[in-house]
Parts: sequence; C-alpha cells; structure tokens
Amino acid sequence: MVKRGNDEDPPDKRPGEEGAPDASRGASNVLQFPTPQKEPEAEAEPAKPARRVPGSAPREAPPAPVPLDNELVQRLRERFGDAIGEATIDRKQAIVLVEGGRVREIALACRDDEKFEMLVDLTAVDWPKRGRRFDVVWNLYSMTKNERLRLKAHVAVGESVPSVTSVWAGADWLERECFDLFGIVFEGHPDLRRILLPEEWQGHPLRKDYDILKQDTEWVRAHLGIESGQ
Amino acid sequence: MNAGQEAAGFGTAHGIDTTVLGENEIILNMGPQHPSTHGVLRIKLRLDGERVVDSECIIGYLHRGVEKIAEHRSYPQFAPYVDRMDYVAAVSNGLGYCEAVEKLLGAEAPPRARVVRTILAELQRIASHLLWLGTHALDIGALTPIFYAMREREEILKIFEKYCGARLTTHAFRIGGLQYETYDTFERDVKRFCEDFAQKIDQYETLLTENRIWIGRTKGVGVLSADDAIALGVTGPVLRASGVEWDVRKALPYAAYDRYQFEVPTRESGDTYDRYLVRIAEMRQARLICLQAVDGIPEGAIMARIGKVLKPPPGEVYHSIEGPKGELGYYIVSDGTIQPYRVRVRPPSFFNLQAFHRMARGAMVADVVAIIGSIDIVLGEVDR
Repeated sequence: MVKRGNDEDPPDKRPGEEGAPDASRGASNVLQFPTPQKEPEAEAEPAKPARRVPGSAPREAPPAPVPLDNELVQRLRERFGDAIGEATIDRKQAIVLVEGGRVREIALACRDDEKFEMLVDLTAVDWPKRGRRFDVVWNLYSMTKNERLRLKAHVAVGESVPSVTSVWAGADWLERECFDLFGIVFEGHPDLRRILLPEEWQGHPLRKDYDILKQDTEWVRAHLGIESGQ
Repeated sequence: MNAGQEAAGFGTAHGIDTTVLGENEIILNMGPQHPSTHGVLRIKLRLDGERVVDSECIIGYLHRGVEKIAEHRSYPQFAPYVDRMDYVAAVSNGLGYCEAVEKLLGAEAPPRARVVRTILAELQRIASHLLWLGTHALDIGALTPIFYAMREREEILKIFEKYCGARLTTHAFRIGGLQYETYDTFERDVKRFCEDFAQKIDQYETLLTENRIWIGRTKGVGVLSADDAIALGVTGPVLRASGVEWDVRKALPYAAYDRYQFEVPTRESGDTYDRYLVRIAEMRQARLICLQAVDGIPEGAIMARIGKVLKPPPGEVYHSIEGPKGELGYYIVSDGTIQPYRVRVRPPSFFNLQAFHRMARGAMVADVVAIIGSIDIVLGEVDR
C-alpha cells in the first residue's frame, strides 16, 4: 500500500490556509517564471465570485453572444450575400451562420482565400423543437493566421448538406459519423455509410428523441444472441 | 497547399472494392483481434502478393456512446467518463474537459492548479509515449524496449497514484482546479524522475535509433506528406513528423504552458522513423517542462470558487489541448441547465487513423503493423 504523503494533514484543510509554506517549494524559485507579475492578477480573477451564491453564474460569466462584424465576415458577405447569416462571438470564438446548401463553396473560399487550411471538427447538435432541427457545425482552423472559425448551418430532417470531402479530405469520416449518429445526409460524399454503429442498425442515437436506454434490440438479438442488456 | 478542386476523391478512405480482384489479389482481414491493432481495430487489406493495394479501417467495436451519456450527466459527473476515452492518457483527457467547461463557465483555475495540471499532463505525455514506444517496438520485433519503457512508466504511475489514488483512469482534476493538494514529496518525486529520465531516453535510443534493423523496418515506411496531413486534420507527433511545426501548446497556450521554454520537435520526411524520432524528442521536451514547472509551483488556492452546482450560461465553446496523440478538443453546448446539451469530443486518434489509408498504400503487409504502431492510436478514443 502506498502511503499518501499528506496523511497527517486534516482532510479538508484548504491549501491557501497553510501557515508556513513548504520548504521544498520555496518562494525564491518563483522568479524563474518569465511573467511572475501575472500571478496576482490571475489569482484575483477566480476569487471574485467568492461571495456569490453557489450555483449562480460566476460574475465574469461570458456575456451573451455579441454580433461579429470583422473584415472576414464582410468579405464573406460581399461574396456570398444572403448565404451568410448572423455572425456572432461567443466566449471569444467566432461563429458564422451559413446557408446549408452553399456550404461547399463557402468552405472552399474559407480554405483557399481565408487560409483556413484545416477542418478541425465537424459535428451536429439537435434542437428538436426548432423547425430546422439540426445545427451542423464545421470547426475550422487557420495555421497561417492562428485563428479559429466556426461555421454553422440549420438543417431540417431529410434536407441534405453538400459534402466538404473535396475541400478537406478529413471530412470523410466526420461526415460518416454525423450521418451515423444524427442521420444527416451529406450530398456528394463518396461513401456515406455508418461508421461507429453496425451497418444494419436502426435509428440515430445522438438525436434528442432517441432515449438513452433505447437500442436496436432487434439487431442485438439477431447478432449477439442475447436479450437487451439494459 | 492549395490542391484546389482536383482534391476531390483524394485521400478518402472509401470502402474498398472487394467484388473484382486482380489475378494475384486477395482480401485480408486484420483484426479486430489482431495483437498489433492495439485494441479492436479491423483493417481490410486488399493485397497484391504482399503489397497493399488498398485498405479500409473498420472501427466502432468499442463504441459506448460517450457523447450520449454526457447529455444525461451533470458537468462534474461526466468528468470521469473522459478518462475512459484515451485510457492511456487519462490526465490529458481530464485536463481538456475541465478547461473546456471552465471556459464555458467563464472561470479560470488558480495559478497553482494550472501549474500542477501542466506537470501532470506532461508526465502523462511521457507515460503515453513510453507505452507507445514499448508496444511499437514490440510490434516490429524489438522485444527489449518495452521492459525499459514500462519500468519508467511505472514511476510516473506511482506519482499519479500518490497524488490522486489512481494509476490509469485518474480523474486527477476537477472543474475549476484540483481536488487534491500535492503530497509532501511531490516535487522531489517529479524532480528525481525527470533527472534520471534523460539518460533513460538515451538508453532507449541506443537500442533503436541507429539499429540497422529498426531503420530498415521504419525508414521510408508509411510516408505522409505535410499537405495530406493538414487536409486530413492530422495533428500531434504525426503532423510534426511530416514537417509541420504546429503544437496547440505553442499556438493557443492553455494551462501554464506560456510560462515555460520548450521546443516543438519536427522532422521532414513523415515516415515511421521520423514519427519515432519526434516522439522521443517530445519526451525530452516534456521532461524539461516538468523540471521548469516543478521548481516554482506558485502558492495559493487550488480551486476557483465556482459554486457547487455548475450551470454554465447558454452558449457554446470549443477548447482543445495538445494531448499525447494530437489535438484533443471538446465542443460543449450549454442550454443553461446543469447538464451539457451536447458534448462533442474531437479525438486525435480518429483523425490520425483516417490517414492510415494514405500511409499504407504500396506498403508491405509487415509494414502495416509498423504503420499502425507509429500512428499511436487508442481505440477507446476513436470509437468513444
């Protein structure tokens, strides 16, 4: 059995309350930090919400998404007009709503003209109460500019989205995963089929109306020879 | 870089055509129980003699619906689940998740917590790379390195165990900082490990770096060009071995990485040998970061005051860290309740494995094993 070093400490002793600091973490070493003056500031920040009622949002909670209108958005607007919807900043991250049907050309412009060389992620969010219930999300990153951009499109059930596999080869598995778990069809994908679930599986688990306890019991019975494990 | 429109169809790991085969062609299934596939990866190979003509990865055997589970847990409740994705680098997974939720809350961990997180994450990087080194060498037929690698990994796991009680799925961090204060001899243990570790890396290198068989088996095998790597979203050591100097720790620093000096090792040719060298060099850098960090852990609180019930304001955030395998990202959408509305994990292995198809084309069957090893995948993370 391993003996914990701090066994003798009272279990709920908070570190800030220690009387004498450990000799092994002497204060002289702090000077080695390139930016030691940063510390007090950084520490003051998280301490602020201390007087707040537990459960309420911290005081420096990010403000509600604010509209974004930088050069990039203007250039995109100029070029694609109505296909570029609302642009916002949420938690310092740029989000641009685009028209699902024109995503391929917008993506191509983002890659070639705006230098977003990398498709970092592609996923979806389901909002079943909304008319066009899916948000398809493309997370882009530009190595040249060290900048992120998130494209988002509202998509209805049965509506297809152009595939961006020809723009970023990496979209291949991502679109398959999105199709698999949400049932969103990507038009022009070379080989759109399930990737994580078995090919015969019925239903799309990441949709909100797919209960967490639900599963394709038919498939489980037929292929695994067991009754549902739930 | 600009492959333009003609990029269509390139690099897409489409299902391989098994209906019409050439005279010498066969279809070979590797896995899902093959020892060199590191878990449950199945690869369908179309072979011409011993040459790989085409390949297709079949994944999903370890799919547990982690993202679905997240929607039915509160923010802190989901934290232990992320450890089970890349289960050989649980600390890094936890770091990414905790920081993403903190960003969503608009909170920040105190400096002391950030430095301890950095140290543990770098130790985890070493541990993960050591496991990779051992198994990768074992796959290729070098039996010795795994014993050495496991020996040093054990020391790291002991530090984890002393710190939080667990060795593998550590759940070391909490949203807002750390649950535990460091134990009394933490600094000494980390320092001692790091000081000894330099010569241990030299030891591994004497076994492999100039070994003729090793070079023969890895040099020029599984080449991935920089353009392909970027187009496929490949990150981490695999990307850097292809000659792209990009690291989340440098580009978009998180935790306490902006305080420390370190280099981002890169290589040019993007083959299996270069990926080996990059990871070896990364272990040296991780060791240096630990040594810098452990020498001046700031005093102070380890937990930000974020309240007991976490209800991030509605909105969304994408946050990523440099995991041992590449960019590990979390995209979290909040609807203002105690449960995340959506958690999307961007697992580095998923993207890197997608590039396998490109690396394996034209390789020999025996090279396939070397290539899989050099990508360093963890299927728990690929399938989630």
